[in-house]
Amino acid sequence: MSLLELEDVRKSFGAIEALRGVTFSVEAGAVVGLVGDNGAGKSTLMKTITGIHRPDSGAIRFDGASLVGKDPGDIRKAGIEMIYQDLALARMRDVAANIFLGRELTRNVLGVQIIDTKRMYAEAEAMIAKLGARVKSVTQIAGQLSGGQQQSVAIARALTFNPKLVIMDEPTAALAVREIEHVLELIRTLASHGIAVILISHRLTDVFAVCDRIVVLRQGAVIADDPKSQTTMNAVVAHIVGATDVPRQGAAR
Amino acid sequence: MSAALSPPASPRSWRQRVFGAATFRFESLLVLATLTIVMTVLSPVFLSVSNFFNIVLSTSVFGVLAIGMTFVICSAGIDLSVGSIVGFSGVVGAMTAANLNLPWPVCIVATLAAGAFAGWVNGFIITKGMIQPFIVTLGMLGVARGTALVLSDGVSIYGLPPEVVYLGQGRPFGVPAPVIILLLTALVAHVLLVHTRFGVYAQVIGDNENAARAMGVRVERHKTLLYTLSGLLAGLAGLLFAARINSGEPTAGLSYELTAITATIIGGTNMNGGRGSIVGTIIGALIMGVLQNGLNLLAVRPFYQQIAIGAVLVGAVWFDRVNSKEGWRR
Repeated sequence: MSLLELEDVRKSFGAIEALRGVTFSVEAGAVVGLVGDNGAGKSTLMKTITGIHRPDSGAIRFDGASLVGKDPGDIRKAGIEMIYQDLALARMRDVAANIFLGRELTRNVLGVQIIDTKRMYAEAEAMIAKLGARVKSVTQIAGQLSGGQQQSVAIARALTFNPKLVIMDEPTAALAVREIEHVLELIRTLASHGIAVILISHRLTDVFAVCDRIVVLRQGAVIADDPKSQTTMNAVVAHIVGATDVPRQGAAR
Repeated sequence: MSAALSPPASPRSWRQRVFGAATFRFESLLVLATLTIVMTVLSPVFLSVSNFFNIVLSTSVFGVLAIGMTFVICSAGIDLSVGSIVGFSGVVGAMTAANLNLPWPVCIVATLAAGAFAGWVNGFIITKGMIQPFIVTLGMLGVARGTALVLSDGVSIYGLPPEVVYLGQGRPFGVPAPVIILLLTALVAHVLLVHTRFGVYAQVIGDNENAARAMGVRVERHKTLLYTLSGLLAGLAGLLFAARINSGEPTAGLSYELTAITATIIGGTNMNGGRGSIVGTIIGALIMGVLQNGLNLLAVRPFYQQIAIGAVLVGAVWFDRVNSKEGWRR
């Protein structure tokens, strides 16, 4: 049984069919690259998995249990974390508050759940240190950090709660070369710990560098789903742009 | 990263620990102090115990409103209906006592419930109908006031139970009861806003609604709760108002939303959401109270007070806009 299984997932927004029956699966510890042109439905698909959108039809199973109809909080609890392209940070709150956003640690004071800021600072500090992220202090306000630092916070948040699957939406798009290498290394580390990763990226070199399998989405449907060893960058590009007459194997210029 | 970019990782001060990161705007205290000094110089009776109680007494009604408003504005919303709900809930409460002859606890619960219900309707329509809070609460401003006038036939409803009147006119330990109620409400609200998920999520929703949703905050349910809370506190303000004048007045709280919003904004709560402070809101409400009281003492016609409050509101937002350019707002 796969960790994540999608079966004929469909989603429309008014007259626009964003997902027209998506079927694919992700094994535990696998790194799957999800590529496709702008508007191919990658982000919609991921937001459907994380519970922000509700599919019109089809099945989404994670660890054998259906995710359809669950809200984003339940889906995070089930073990799926997503690092959004816009990072989804509360810009006016500090690093620790962002890492624990939605999962604040609390202690009981006279029957009221009071947020335990002290413990959150300590644990956020430990997480940042473990990741080797260059954030000076967990009391810094997220909106005042650099782009790379903000990304570190989003990554730390995704990894703090022992996820089984991490979805990354364009994690390298806004980064400098050295930082990209850091993210790719992180993906390899996650996979070696048995954590599955779905990597959405326009940078095919990154996808080919870390992924075991590459899924191409075009106009809301999967048009290619191949192990890395059985495809090439040219073939993937051909699928992305819809030039399906190009032979699947090799045959590069 | 160069060290110059980030502030030093200093241990948190007592002020940060108690008030959270959302400390109130320090300038508001300066404004309050300046205003107090100016009034003291201009009017010989300003600085007296009895006048002090006058100020806090009149502050208590719109102070309670401003506390609810703080939660709503934090979440990047607005509640224009609170003034009308003061009138509506006061009339409902007075009618349960005077017309239905029900006991005083029912009168209190009915007043609060009427306010909470109106607030819940606001929240329900805002989230289910996906309509801007501005429009929905503006509609409720008309509906709640109209309902108050219909129910009461446009006249005051006299005859509140003495227990209820005590809430408005009583002086336990020599302190006016509404002032004690305001302070207790502020204390609870402060803990709620800074130290619980409820308040933090209100601020996160105003900060980045999509992030809140993605991280598992039930945004729609939470917004409904915030407007219900604002309505509940407007009901409490309605109770205090009715108790003080010993009648349910359909026109009670007219244009109080202006005062409540102004108090909230000069207290440092971000108009665009994300950050708020109950301490700041109370200071803001006191500024409003001192301003109104001072203008009364100086025998300025009440019509001018509206002009003053309106000008202060716009001035405060302007000040905030100019200042936030180097602040945490983007």
